[in-house]
Amino acid sequence: MKEKIRVAGGQGFWGDMLDAPVRQVEGGPIDYLMLDYLAEVTMSIMQKQRARDPLAGYARDFVPLMKQILPQCVARNIRVTANAGGVNVEGCANAVREAAGELGLSGKFKIGIVTGDDIMPRVDELLARGIELRNMDSGAPLSTVRDRIQSANVYLGAWPMVAALNQGAQIVITGRATDTGLTLAPLIHEFGWSETDWDKLSSGTIAGHIIECGAQSSGGNCQYDWRNIPDLANVGFPIAEAYADGTFVITKHERTGGRVNVPGIKEQLLYEMGDPHEYITPDCVADFTTIQLEDAGPDRVRVYGIVGLPATEFLKVSISYSAGYKAVGTLVYSWPDAYEKAQAADKILRSRLERLGLHFDQILTEYVGVSATHGPLAGAPSPDLAEVQLRVGVRGNDKGTVERFTKEIAPLILTGPPGVTGFAGGRPKVEEIVAYWPALMPKTEITPRVEVSDA
Amino acid sequence: MQIQLTQLAHARSGDKGDTANVGLIALKDDYYPLLVREVTAERVKKHFTGICKGSVERFELSNLFALNFLLHESLGGGGTLSLMTDAQGKTFSTALLRMKIDLSDDEARTLGLD
Repeated sequence: MKEKIRVAGGQGFWGDMLDAPVRQVEGGPIDYLMLDYLAEVTMSIMQKQRARDPLAGYARDFVPLMKQILPQCVARNIRVTANAGGVNVEGCANAVREAAGELGLSGKFKIGIVTGDDIMPRVDELLARGIELRNMDSGAPLSTVRDRIQSANVYLGAWPMVAALNQGAQIVITGRATDTGLTLAPLIHEFGWSETDWDKLSSGTIAGHIIECGAQSSGGNCQYDWRNIPDLANVGFPIAEAYADGTFVITKHERTGGRVNVPGIKEQLLYEMGDPHEYITPDCVADFTTIQLEDAGPDRVRVYGIVGLPATEFLKVSISYSAGYKAVGTLVYSWPDAYEKAQAADKILRSRLERLGLHFDQILTEYVGVSATHGPLAGAPSPDLAEVQLRVGVRGNDKGTVERFTKEIAPLILTGPPGVTGFAGGRPKVEEIVAYWPALMPKTEITPRVEVSDA
Repeated sequence: MQIQLTQLAHARSGDKGDTANVGLIALKDDYYPLLVREVTAERVKKHFTGICKGSVERFELSNLFALNFLLHESLGGGGTLSLMTDAQGKTFSTALLRMKIDLSDDEARTLGLD
């Protein structure tokens, strides 16, 4: 057994720095690269892509990335865990296989795929059997949006990925899997942790939580002494250096920018935190109030003392459904009286929408530069503001109504208050809203499938 | 005397649906008891009047000298439903740091804040 395992975080979300995973591979020693591609509603986008093209439906960026790093991964035995498979895990694996062929690496490594997360074809059967898939936030039963569902997947945890690694997979591709599992699985595989060693499973989960948002744990978006964070242009993404006893050190490659220190790790630990006593994953329930942090030298923070609780009997389900349309229009008003002019324009706009008989579920006006982020907490603005951006958003079920709204923004330029500009982008776009429906279902309903084969 | 939280803490915020979370971290471990005493759920709810439409929950993480707040019904429906510029609640952290809290001159002196 190795003394320590270095798991590198390469993507904080689908759309993060394209070269970050490459720099993690090339910048120094790592054993694993974990890549999180799936935000809450990403699956519905992939579902739509696959409906148009049966070969699509996964994170396309993953394939050119693999093409770039595969030779090094194979040569240095760096293994990859990625939830890049979306709704077409096999398709993604085939594309990687093809890339391997072009590189002359066919048969030189194994690809593992994890499926079984997609419950879309089973939704009616589950509802019929009394599994209501109630919205975890609102408590509403899924039947209220049944006809508008676009995707439904459970979050699988680390264990199916562990099975793939145990069978020798160098690249493990999953559909919907927890981002923490992508880090935990390599640790379970390497250190042989048991399914009930809740403390260690929680440690690996928390390591995953820290590195799953990319550079947000190595100096990005960090408030603490932000001015003095060095060289963010060259920011190093985080690495979890994990030990068999469950302790780990968060660090980054040498000769990279950014900063890993205790205050920064605290910020990331609290990011998107609910009840800190119960961070629930399919693999365990981690207690964030037991985490101990220690400065372990430049750009090194040691994490230890973590206590975990048994996993629950449920898996979280991520359902996406169509929830109407929205559009946001903006105009910029300049000094003098910028705020007053923007307010006058909003009043005129609303009066015209009213006259046109356009009704929306919601209409929201914000004044960027005055109060868009901090609302009333921002206090009264200076009368001398150089400019204010008027930002009006509407949401409703009828696409035509939302579309009509988008045609009322530009006319304000010639028919409203003076000193207005900022309309270079044309009419606002109407966006279909795909909303997120979190639910729970019994674990016993789900059987993950793991297949490992030669590339 | 009054002191603004920017002098006592740093913070990071995010979202879970229509709920914003704010993690508030003492800049020095010594400041933590003051945060626990003054930055109550009630105070935070009042601070976010007009922004947070639901309840506020507070959790203590004394191991990290930090508090975690959940501000329910704060993000205009949350996720893709929200029309807000800050639909993910990313700036709730700095919005909380605007809060001013009371402490005695003695306490301020002890903490090196005078």
